[in-house]
This record gives sequence, C-alpha cells and structure tokens, in this order.
Amino acid sequence: MGKRVGMEVAIAASEAVALCNIDVAAVYPITPQSHMAEHLADIIHDGRIDAEFITVESEHSSISACAGASATGARVYTATSSQGLMYMHEILPIVSAMRLPVVMGNANRAVSGPLNIWNDHTDIMPQRDSGWICMFAENGQEVVDMTIQSFKIAEHPDVMLPIVLNIDGFQLTHMIEPLEFPTQKEVNKFLPPRKPFASLHPDNPISMGCFNTPDIYAETMKAKDTALHNSKKTIVKIWKEWGKQFGRTYKPVETYRAKGADTLILTMGSMGETASIAVDELRKKGAAVGLVRLRLWRPFPLDELRAAIKGCKTLIVMDRAISFGGAGGPVGTEIKSLLYHDKGRPRIVDFIMGLGGRDVTVNDFIAMVERAKKKKDETYEYYGVRE
Amino acid sequence: MKKVFGKPESLKDAIFHYCAGCGHSITHRLIAEVIDEMGIRDIAIGIPPAGCAVLAYNYFDIDMLEAPHGRGCAVATGMKRTLPDKLIFSYQGDGDLAAIGTAETFHAANRGENITVIFINNAVYGMTGGQMAPTTLLGQASTTSPPGRNAILDGYPVRMSEILALLEGTKYIERCAVNTPANIIRTRRAIKKAFQYQMDDVGFTMVEVLSQCPTNWKMTPIDACKWIDEVMALSFPPGVIKDIKGKG
Ligand SMILES: Cc1ncc(C[n+]2csc(CCOP(=O)(O)OP(=O)(O)O)c2C)c(N)n1
Repeated sequence: MGKRVGMEVAIAASEAVALCNIDVAAVYPITPQSHMAEHLADIIHDGRIDAEFITVESEHSSISACAGASATGARVYTATSSQGLMYMHEILPIVSAMRLPVVMGNANRAVSGPLNIWNDHTDIMPQRDSGWICMFAENGQEVVDMTIQSFKIAEHPDVMLPIVLNIDGFQLTHMIEPLEFPTQKEVNKFLPPRKPFASLHPDNPISMGCFNTPDIYAETMKAKDTALHNSKKTIVKIWKEWGKQFGRTYKPVETYRAKGADTLILTMGSMGETASIAVDELRKKGAAVGLVRLRLWRPFPLDELRAAIKGCKTLIVMDRAISFGGAGGPVGTEIKSLLYHDKGRPRIVDFIMGLGGRDVTVNDFIAMVERAKKKKDETYEYYGVRE
Repeated sequence: MKKVFGKPESLKDAIFHYCAGCGHSITHRLIAEVIDEMGIRDIAIGIPPAGCAVLAYNYFDIDMLEAPHGRGCAVATGMKRTLPDKLIFSYQGDGDLAAIGTAETFHAANRGENITVIFINNAVYGMTGGQMAPTTLLGQASTTSPPGRNAILDGYPVRMSEILALLEGTKYIERCAVNTPANIIRTRRAIKKAFQYQMDDVGFTMVEVLSQCPTNWKMTPIDACKWIDEVMALSFPPGVIKDIKGKG
C-alpha cells in the first residue's frame, strides 16, 4: 500500500484512473467535474500514462467517442455531471446494449431548470433505466477504491457492462481528504489488461450495434436485464477480492449500528457520513436508530437490503431526487415496490431532501427521525422545504 | 452642468460579477447603449448562455431567457418565429457557440433566421476554469491543453465567422474586439448595424467579439488587451467578413 496523502477527491479520482492505465479519456468540462478532466489532461500530457486525451465538443460526443474506443478493445474513461450526463442520455443505453465496459465518474449535481450547480441526485436518477451498473461512493477513499474496482468489474467476461460511479459534487469532489493509494504494482496485480470478448478489427470482422426488428428486440432487452441482474455476483466477488488484497471491504448494502435498531435511515453517497453522526447522537440518547447505506443502485441489491433491514419497524429513505407527479422519490418508490409482498416489512417513510445543494445536517437527520415517528401514512414528504 | 455620460437605461443598478479586465462587461454595456440609442428596449429580448455570462439577466433591464449550454440559436429561432416584430439576440461564448452549440448555430444561420448573435470569443471555456475551446490558439496553454494546443491532437482554431459567412442564409458578420477604445467604438457600431438589419428583416447577423480573459489567460488586464492585438488577431483577423446589404 502506498503512502497516506491529503488530496482533493476530484484529483484523486483521476489519479485512480491513471493507476488503471486507461487507453482513452474523452471528456467535456462541467462544474463540479472540471478538476477531474483537467487533472486527467495533466497526467496524459505529462506522459505518466500512454493514453489519448480527446478534447471533444460536448458530452454527447464524449460518450460516443468512449463507445467507439471501447469497441476497439481499449480501456476508456469519461467523467461528467448534471447537464452533461443528461446530454449523454441518448447514448447511455447504446453503450450498455453493446456491452462496452466504459467507466464514468459522475460528479452529482442538480439538473436544470432552474439552473443550479450544487449537489443532489437529480442527474443520475433519470439514467436509472439505461442498463448501466450504478454505484455511489461515500468518501474519498471509496472514490479511489471503487474507480479501480470499476474497471475490473466492467471488463469481467461475466459482466461486460458500463459503470457509472457517483461522486457527490462539491460535498465530495471538492473535499481534501486523507487517502491511501495502492501502488502501481498492486493495481497491476488486481487489474489485468482488458481482454475484450469481441472487438472491432479487420482480421476478425464483427458488427456491433445492429438494428433489431420486433422479432428480436425484446430478447435483446431481456438479455440486458439478465446481464445486469447477474452482474451482482461478480461485483460482490471482486469486492471480496479487493478486501483480501487491500483490507477494505465493500458490500452492496452497508450498515452502521443497525443491529437491534427499530428505525433505520437509508442514504446513498456522501450523506451517509453525516447520518452516521446523527445515529451516534440518537443512540447516546437511547434511541434504537441505525443506518443503511445503499452502495449499489443498479443492479438493485434486494436480498442484501432485506437482510440489512430485517426486524426494523421504520425505514426512512433519504431521496435526493423526485419523480414529479409520481409516487415520490425514486429510491423510496422502488424500495416500497420491491418490499410490497414482504410480510412484516417496515413502514417506509420517504423524505425528499437535500435538493440543489441544500445542506442536510446532523440535526436535520434527527428531526426527520422525529417526524417519521409521527407520520401516520407512507406518502412521501418534502423535508425542510418552504411552502 | 451638462451631463455627457451615464449608465445606459437598459442596464440595471447591479454590479457586474465579471473579473477585472473581462470583456463581457464592456460588451454588455455596448449592447445596452445600442438598445437605448435605438429606442428598442420595449421589444428587445436577450438569450444568455451557459458560460460566464450566465447571469446576464441580472444586468440587462430587458426580457431575457436563459438557454441551456449551446442552444441559444435554436431558442432564438423559436422566439423570433412567434414574435417576428421583436428584436431577438442570443449572447454566446465560444464554447457555447463553437463547441457544444455548433449544430444549432450553423443551421439557424443556414436557414437565415432573422436573429442576431453576439459571439464572445475569449479563446477558452471561461466559466468552467479555462479549458481548451475550439477557438483556443495553436500553442496556447489551457487547463486541458497544458503544454499548449497541438494541432495533431486537438485540431485548429475554428473560425466560426468565416465558416458561417459561406452560408447563403447569413447576411452580416463582423469580427470586432473590446480591447482598445477604438475597437470598442467599432464593436458598438457593429452591434447597432446587426440590430438594425434585424429590424429591417434582412436576416441572420452575427458580431464576433474578441474578448480578453485575463483570469484564464493568466495575464494582467493590460497584457490581455495587448495579446488580442498582437497574437489573437493573427488567427482571428478583425473586420467585416460578410455584409450583403453593404455590398448592395
Ligand atoms: C451540457 C453541458 N455541458 C457542460 C456544461 C458546463 N459549461 C458551462 S459553461 C461552459 C463553457 C463556457 O465557455 P464559453 O462558452 O466559451 O463561455 P465563457 O465562459 O468563456 O464566457 C461549460 C463547458 C453545461 N453547462 N452544460
């Protein structure tokens, strides 16, 4: 293991990408991803890795260039945020359908309109159904580790799917944190060079991204769904491998003081750290409150979630996005539907909060636990929002 | 005492957020002065971009609609088609217009939409931190081309004005600058001419403004002004690039 260093997380993300020895990066800058793009440019221009840095004219082109490069067998990376991710939307399901293991860092930021550059999850939620593996990091070390893990998972012959790693904008990208980087040798041992199942080369002609008529389109969709569900096995396996080699373990669903808790808070991303402090405070006062962190959003880790919430009476879901005119926040809605048939399932309280960079403090979490106690039904509710 | 100079009425009493020496604030003022002079404040509608000028609506005392990054000309087209007697202008940076928004700019120009584009060329993506733009000069260092722009990897500075001038739909295109008093006066004249053409239903007009960005060029404001004449103008020569009406 390398030395412990203090580093901005956006920079660290690019350092982790460099350790993975990518062949191509195609990026278009956008706040709060810019430092990721700039640092990658530095690394490549300094000759620290032998890679192409493509200064594309938009995100629609960056993700398309990634698709093209990945189809030739290259290891590729891109990073974006908010409007940029929205602009990629058309291409995302095409990348997953072609089973191209592109890895993307997404510095989560609110989506327009109104224009807002601060953190929430309204950018990633509309991409939910694009067939990508979707993960959330909670702190800088997880960003480093999960970036490296992502290449191995995405390229694994049992997976072959693109991965988006969510890194909360500003709250995480712009923090300076103490980090441990694995050495190049250690990464090389963990992550072998990509061995594509199929790649474009005239010596071995293939066609990719072909037209599907009604008699086969549905089968392709089903295959993609099956592939995404099946990927969980490999994800868990690779995380275990990582744990063995580096001593830090990763699970699809993490828990904190959840044992014996009758109330559980569920978070995704950087908010988990604040919530864990709230849990400590509440536990100090004798309340049986714990925390569940969803690391994996796609594929959805249903069995692991069931195990994590077993016995709890109230599950409070923190949603940082909203499905307008629908059943509530995307996370709350999905968990309600997945647990619908479960006997003795907890009451699910879905709070929409932390939108567009609105701070959610320890006291806010405590207040939401209080509010959840009083809430009679399971309809979603905005927390801390003025009428 | 006779008042000889004042703040244009088309500007609000707000303090510009722009960096010291930035060309955006000068250009804002020129547009406002022209709107006042032409007496078109009641019919002018502006379209600010995503870019350093994203908050232009805080400064102009006219109707404005903020467009997503690159979409200015498409939004302007929709507005002008439904409000043909209003003066519609989009205000766009070189990332906005020449990178992510190239397609809509090109096609609005090709259709000859009767709109005016104020195109701020500062040779970088200013707002996001000085990354390479399509207009970045060869050899110019930016945060995504640290050793300087390399034609083999990054291509050549895109001259949008010359490219758009080739389209039959465009009627008036001039490249100006806001780095010296003489150039500022020329820019003001060009903006007025473009607006007048639009009022006269002539068709697509664009004023490209070479605009100093001392912060991202890492220069003093004075050096940045000099750099426009001494370096930038060699790749982007100022002057009238196309003027259908002028030529009769
Ligand atoms: C789809 C999308 N991608 C990226 C961005 C981030 N972004 C905002 S402004 C900008 C470039 C600004 O440069 P320019 O247009 O040259 O204007 P300047 O700031 O230099 O005036 C970028 C990349 C965005 N807002 N939307």
